[in-house]
Amino acid sequence: MSPLAPARRPAHQIRLSRRLASLTGWTLTGTCLFALSALMVWILEVVFVRGVTALRLSVLTTVTQGTGGGLLNAIEGTLVLSAGALLLAVPFGVAAGIYTAEYRFTRWATTIRFLADVLVGVPSIVVGYFGYVGMVEWLGWSFSVAAGSIALAIISLPYICRTTELALRQVSNDLRDAAYSLGANDRRVILGVCLPAALPAILTGVLLALAVSVGETAPLLYTAGWSNYLWDGHLTHSPIGYLTYAIWNFINEPFAAANALAYAAALLVTGFVLIINIAARFMFDRRARR
Amino acid sequence: MKFRAWLALVAGILPATLAAIVLFLAFYSWPAMHFNGLGFVVRDTWNLGNLYADPIMRNGTQVQPGATYGILFLIVGTLLSTFIALAIALPMGIGAAIFLAEAVPERLRLWISFFVELLMAIPSVVFGLWGYVVVIPFLGHHFYPLIAHSLGKAIPFFAEPTGSGYGLLTASIVLSLMIVPIIAATLRDALVSQPASLREAALGLGATRFEALWKVMLPGTRKTLIGATFLALGRALGETMAVLMVSGNALNYLPHRIYDPVSTMAAFIVSQLDSALQDPTGLAVRSLAEIAFVLAIISIIVNALARLLLLMWNNSQRSVVI
Repeated sequence: MSPLAPARRPAHQIRLSRRLASLTGWTLTGTCLFALSALMVWILEVVFVRGVTALRLSVLTTVTQGTGGGLLNAIEGTLVLSAGALLLAVPFGVAAGIYTAEYRFTRWATTIRFLADVLVGVPSIVVGYFGYVGMVEWLGWSFSVAAGSIALAIISLPYICRTTELALRQVSNDLRDAAYSLGANDRRVILGVCLPAALPAILTGVLLALAVSVGETAPLLYTAGWSNYLWDGHLTHSPIGYLTYAIWNFINEPFAAANALAYAAALLVTGFVLIINIAARFMFDRRARR
Repeated sequence: MKFRAWLALVAGILPATLAAIVLFLAFYSWPAMHFNGLGFVVRDTWNLGNLYADPIMRNGTQVQPGATYGILFLIVGTLLSTFIALAIALPMGIGAAIFLAEAVPERLRLWISFFVELLMAIPSVVFGLWGYVVVIPFLGHHFYPLIAHSLGKAIPFFAEPTGSGYGLLTASIVLSLMIVPIIAATLRDALVSQPASLREAALGLGATRFEALWKVMLPGTRKTLIGATFLALGRALGETMAVLMVSGNALNYLPHRIYDPVSTMAAFIVSQLDSALQDPTGLAVRSLAEIAFVLAIISIIVNALARLLLLMWNNSQRSVVI
């Protein structure tokens, strides 16, 4: 308690009922926090204990065979799909983020910012079904890397836009003023001064978007399909495996080998997502820089 | 073209994407909308009809004989699971946020909130795995019989049979855990950023620390809380994988008890596409697109409302993207 805290009555001068109410309040709120942390620990315990038991070297080095084998095809597929999604979403998302940050008071920027937030809220299965009827059926791409990557890109686009905007907003206006006063135009100020200054935070945002892509299932179920084989390099007309599908599908199989694959996949996905989130927190903690 | 104009043009991909999703789903599902009419949302039968018969013409649309598409049971399942999830998540999120903001020392607070908010990062399908593997057996064998024997004696909605563990309450519990961090994180931010003078004034008037919080600090965050609740609502409405894995995926069935299997619009799209593809007229796939369209519209409205509320009421900029 700070030295400026107001003087308070000693506890015995406060009515018992009020003291009891306060005690109950702290107990209940504390219980909520404890329960939440305990549930988080429970989830992590299930994923990590079962995942570590199921993880073998062969899981990482062989492809799926029926309901057994390994996950190499799924690991490769997740990497290919996420990389494709980032390749598509980063240029657009960063550009949109630059616009909403640097011209933040224009009506178009307000609109974009608002719609990016709305797009974050569109359920991922809606994006997935849009991908199915639009790309898989209507464009005739069938289950493919292209359809899956575009669906994932739609999911990560608004994240990248918003984190880029937040990153640029933390760049001090003094920097911009200095650059403008030296005669630089908008393009030089933004690309030469603001963007380099905000780059670590922007990269953090991109990493977090990558974590989201790696953990998504619903947008991929009917766009990427599933394959037991490694990717053949075709962008369309060739389904591809991914880890989240392995979790969903293999946990429902009645075979221990299949369940083990599901646990291993869950460990890989959760571990990857957590590492990115923790790294993002440690490296570029915004609060610490405030 | 000038740099600024280029940026504005490229940024247009966001509205374009949103518009493309909505318009294309509307366009694709148009024959289904025409055939199903407004009865789509009040009928509780989803029936592909006789798939072995020849298609017939009805209302100018080619359909299988006996086909009817209605999603009332999905709307009921979606709304019930969402509202029960909110009923669990709201008190829990508020409680956790209060304790984090007011009772936990500042050094620890960052770490504990980070840990709890990591829940937001856990993929939906991992929640589903956890629910499917450990939560369902635990609830089905231990917790539900307990509620049925106590609460169930008084309220028929909670009475036996408790079923296998798949169902409405399980889906709601898993959902609630997925949306609790949204509420807790937003409210904690709002509580911490309340002016310290408010608390000092309350304490100076003789309030206990909890009274100062409950009667002075918390009411000041009411608007933020409403916005966060809408965000959580939007998230719960569209959640797919976790619900798919624990809800029991009921078809054409309205829940009579809180343990009964349900299905939601989002989960139904995943669970039914394979069988919808068996319909040679393609109307089933288009009717699923109609569900996706309805879900898109609902979630756009809910999220737009949430963002507008937060924008109007909250001049401080959020530091996290939720």
